Amino acid sequence: MTFKTLRGMALATCGVIAASTAAFAQGEVNVYSYREQKLIQPMFDAFTKDTGIKVNVVSASSGLEQRIKTEGANSPADVLLTVDVARLQEAVNADITQPIMSAALDGIIPAQYRDPNGAWYGIAMRARVIYASKERVKQDSISYEELADPKWKGKICIRSGQHMYNNALFAAYVAHYGEAEAEKWLTGLKANLAQKPSGGDRETARDIAAGKCDIGIGNTYYWALMNDKEADKKAWADATKVVLPTFKKTGGTHVNLSGVVLTKSAPNKANAMKLIEWLAGEHAQHIYADMNYEYPLRKGIKINPTIASYGEINPDKLPIAKIAEHKKAASTLVDKVGFDN
Amino acid sequence: MPHFFARPMRLLAMAFAVAVAAFAIAPVASLIRIALQGDAEIWPHLMAYVLPAALADTLMLLAGVAILTVIAGAGSAFAVTAYRFPGRDTLVWLLPLPLAFPTYIVAYIYVDILDSFGPVQGAARWIFGWRSAADYWFPNVRSIGGAILVFSFVLYPYVYLAARAMFQTQGAAFTEAARILGASHLRRARDITLPLARPAIAAGLALALLETLNDIGASEYLGIRTLTLSIFTTWLNRESLPGAAQITCVMLTLIAGLVALERYGRGARQFSSSDHKSAERVALHGAYGWLTAALCFLPVLLGFVLPLVFLAREVVARGLLIGFDPDLIRHALNTVALAAIATAAALVLGFGLVTLWRVTQSRFIGAGAFVGSLGYAMPGTVLALGLLSPLVAMDEAINAITQFAGRNSGLLIVGSGAALVFAYVARFLAIPIGFAQAGFSRISIEFDDMARVVGARPRQVTRAIHMPLMRQALWGAALLMFVDCLKELPATLLLRPLNVETLSTYIYQFATRGNFEEGSLAALIIVLVGILPVIRMVRHADAALYPQGEPMPV
Repeated sequence: MTFKTLRGMALATCGVIAASTAAFAQGEVNVYSYREQKLIQPMFDAFTKDTGIKVNVVSASSGLEQRIKTEGANSPADVLLTVDVARLQEAVNADITQPIMSAALDGIIPAQYRDPNGAWYGIAMRARVIYASKERVKQDSISYEELADPKWKGKICIRSGQHMYNNALFAAYVAHYGEAEAEKWLTGLKANLAQKPSGGDRETARDIAAGKCDIGIGNTYYWALMNDKEADKKAWADATKVVLPTFKKTGGTHVNLSGVVLTKSAPNKANAMKLIEWLAGEHAQHIYADMNYEYPLRKGIKINPTIASYGEINPDKLPIAKIAEHKKAASTLVDKVGFDN
Repeated sequence: MPHFFARPMRLLAMAFAVAVAAFAIAPVASLIRIALQGDAEIWPHLMAYVLPAALADTLMLLAGVAILTVIAGAGSAFAVTAYRFPGRDTLVWLLPLPLAFPTYIVAYIYVDILDSFGPVQGAARWIFGWRSAADYWFPNVRSIGGAILVFSFVLYPYVYLAARAMFQTQGAAFTEAARILGASHLRRARDITLPLARPAIAAGLALALLETLNDIGASEYLGIRTLTLSIFTTWLNRESLPGAAQITCVMLTLIAGLVALERYGRGARQFSSSDHKSAERVALHGAYGWLTAALCFLPVLLGFVLPLVFLAREVVARGLLIGFDPDLIRHALNTVALAAIATAAALVLGFGLVTLWRVTQSRFIGAGAFVGSLGYAMPGTVLALGLLSPLVAMDEAINAITQFAGRNSGLLIVGSGAALVFAYVARFLAIPIGFAQAGFSRISIEFDDMARVVGARPRQVTRAIHMPLMRQALWGAALLMFVDCLKELPATLLLRPLNVETLSTYIYQFATRGNFEEGSLAALIIVLVGILPVIRMVRHADAALYPQGEPMPV
């Protein structure tokens, strides 16, 4: 390595540093995100176009609450975007939020999908549903409870029980029926698995298409993406159908949120509020619906046709915050019944 | 202790050692601080339901990877060093190339290739006329066996590089004497070459195993519940960061114990030969030659060629070159710059520390080197979490100073790429320390003494004797460190500043959505940037007169 290349690299790094400190200038908002940067960039580009405010982003898969907390008063973060309700609660527990006071938002986001104290707001919604083989599964309605029925023995595929999507579903089950019932149910579900949990929701569809199992559990948008956007995975969507399952007790389907938090130390609070309100606005909600295949939370925004083709969804009425409350219990039960073994 | 330094110099040396060790110990220290925050009540649960299975899976994975990487790595290293056969000269530099692949990417690739809709099962169905996966049995890649294969394909080069450096420089005198006495070459390999290379193989293996232990992406995807994964689920799902820190501490203690044991076992058997003439390579003719070539090509095929072809095909099929993402250039430059700076810094710290250890023979500095190597054993995210508080503390100190000038500097380190450089150095410092130790172990201390006797100053000893003899070790360390930085994911993900991506985090955002193929071009760039230094190092090693020692990780 010559001196010249080293010097070049040092300059490049100074560039990196300069680019990142520019975030403190006017007209910007800094977002820490659990959503992948590529996925949300179109949204932020649209926001910048609408408002002239620049969005700086860093995305990660875990630990952002700790990062914000440790960075403390000097943290550049204004907004934390998450994809799971337990994480919204986690941000509250870590004491890194400040209430989002917005009458406008309260008018748009139904009370069920926001924190009573305004610490977080849901922006869009997804459901955890059944992917079923078109060929081998005749049923058009399935209850979550039924997944533990021995008639499915050796026929169910699922990703790790510790993955946050499953964790939230299991936590909802605990919230409805209590830990003892939930343990029985998980034991039954485990006994029905065709294979050890692994892969992701797309692999679940792939395994059903391949005939390894008949039904699986996945999020609403994965199937739609495979069907509409991913030519190489279209065959997996073609071999499967999506069934919106319900809890027998309530007749509702388990949903989870993409949500947003305003950080306690937000240096660009006014811009952050603009961004948060914009995310609940018509433009962003259309993007959530059509590019990300989520259920928009704002009334009057059309659900994407592919998602709508699953049938009309009746979101479970369980207060979303209840799910976060039982997260740990659900995780503990997964260990206890050896779900991932 | 030989009095090489005058008193003030010695103090300075100590201060340097303390600084390096403090730097490396910072994440460990904050880890312990978090662990001490309590939550002991989670342990009965962990002991009953989590750790036994995690430990069993981890040990099985490590054992499998150990066996395969030694067979593939040491076997191929021995073959290309001891024999001449068709393709040998090409294989010498092809064999280390899988190192350039991030392990989790190879895991995704093999699941795609071997799963039900992949080309292999597709062909099998076509040939045998099966209709669905239910009609036949096919081994599942998403299993412990699959994981062992994937990790071994990617990680055997650590063993290969270490073993080859050793085989190359082993004094030919022993083997020649044995040959004159009539020992067959297999017997010479068994009784002389392999036992002498044992410490080098152990060192390369240690790196490979720690990488396996550290991994999260590949094991999670393949459904293996390793200890590292348990640390994550304990933190995120069982909602106990202290519990997660406690498991990490136990894991680190076990590793430190094992490493200390290995050092102790090796201590008595220092081997440095003044004879560095390599033995002649024996020609393998006909079928033997071709068979050897085929066997040596197998790990290259599985660890490098197939994944490379897969990525190239995805790049073309998805039009990633035509729809080239212009951001990729910026990401690539960031990645290379960060990796190069971290590598340079780690080389200075690591080699500096070990040089000091050498000239002062101080146990205290030795302990510093040992502690400085622990970062390699920590899962990257845990290390990043551990580094956050000390880095923020430094930022606040800087702030306190700049506030005199009436300006708030904000988070100068954490808010910039500097945090990543710190993280890379803390994570990979074991590499330069290990290489430096190995390099020095091959230079007899008598050289130093003689030079001192004729009146050379310590600095002159270092410049005239150590530097030229250590060049190989420096190159080796630089290469591994650089490539590891290019691939680093977990710490980068958590610590990078706003608007900065590296190639690794760029790929990850597709992978985490279950669509890693969209990141194929970035993966290909990592591999291409990574193989240049690999090839350069191998050529360098071949041309060198002086030996490269065995890389000792810790």
